[in-house]
Amino acid sequence: MPLSTGPSAPTYGALLLRGLLAGLVAGLLAGLFAFTFGEPKVDAAIAVEEAASQAALPAESSAAQEEPLVSRDGQKGGLFLATGLYGIALGGIFATGYTLLRRRLRTPSDVRAAWSLAGAALLGIVGIPYVKYPPNPPAVGDPGTINQRTISYLAIVVIGLVAVWAAVVAQRTQPTEWRRGAAAVLGFVVVVVIGYALLPNINEVPSTFPPDLLWSFRLTSLGTQVVLWTVLGLAFGALVARTPAPRPETVAAA
Amino acid sequence: MPKATTAGSLSTPAVSARLLWTALAVVALMLLVTYLVAFDQGAVSRSGMYLHELMHDGRHLLGVPCH
Ligand SMILES: [Zn+2]
Repeated sequence: MPLSTGPSAPTYGALLLRGLLAGLVAGLLAGLFAFTFGEPKVDAAIAVEEAASQAALPAESSAAQEEPLVSRDGQKGGLFLATGLYGIALGGIFATGYTLLRRRLRTPSDVRAAWSLAGAALLGIVGIPYVKYPPNPPAVGDPGTINQRTISYLAIVVIGLVAVWAAVVAQRTQPTEWRRGAAAVLGFVVVVVIGYALLPNINEVPSTFPPDLLWSFRLTSLGTQVVLWTVLGLAFGALVARTPAPRPETVAAA
Repeated sequence: MPKATTAGSLSTPAVSARLLWTALAVVALMLLVTYLVAFDQGAVSRSGMYLHELMHDGRHLLGVPCH
């Protein structure tokens, strides 16, 4: 490799710090989105569950309802803790991926590199799992299948990332622009179709659950994750663009 | 397969064995946090169900499978 690391290249620690910061901001904004648009749907879903359990077991059983471990208000505050911590963790993983993959992304622009990584993550970690296993509001799932659902979910996240990787590898084998595009789509679709076919279908939503509430919940859940990854990519891109003042030799070498 | 990189900017450190090990440790720590937020059922952690319940709305709105 003809280019050597100049003193202007930030260390992994510096990039990691930016990732954690971008992740915190992204997580809190995603939390704000989820609080504003998602919480009313969570409340509505819980009300549906409570109405159903009241109808099933009338009278004395209402006294048997246990005191919740965390109140609804506590859970609404906990929402920000959840999205904040989740954002920080994803930001740290994102910065690590950026550090390790930056030199393999064929763009001279750090900002564009950050955006493409965030876009790839949004597609692989959010988009692909979302279509196979659309998220459900509380009070819908069957606790008995939680292990199977968790393993299937993690498997589809991995498959989503493999699909993005396959698209990149496939397009790099092709000489012309349109063939690269076609190869990328083909590599992506092949992996996704195999993954969707191999993993089990899960449909646990009771037919009595209001479908409009289910879909508006699912859309806000998608929105929350889109906000998280979009802000993470934009904030990290802004932070890496602001930092190392490029030395003249580095620019010349580029 | 990526051959020689054509990226012009050198805005990241060169990937060395030491960097890889550090990165691995960081990712493991981040995955632990992710586990606590998104997958902990209260059986493994010593928090019981408290953390699970506290972050329950976030878990559902982040699209992770739950009860
Ligand atoms: Zn749960």
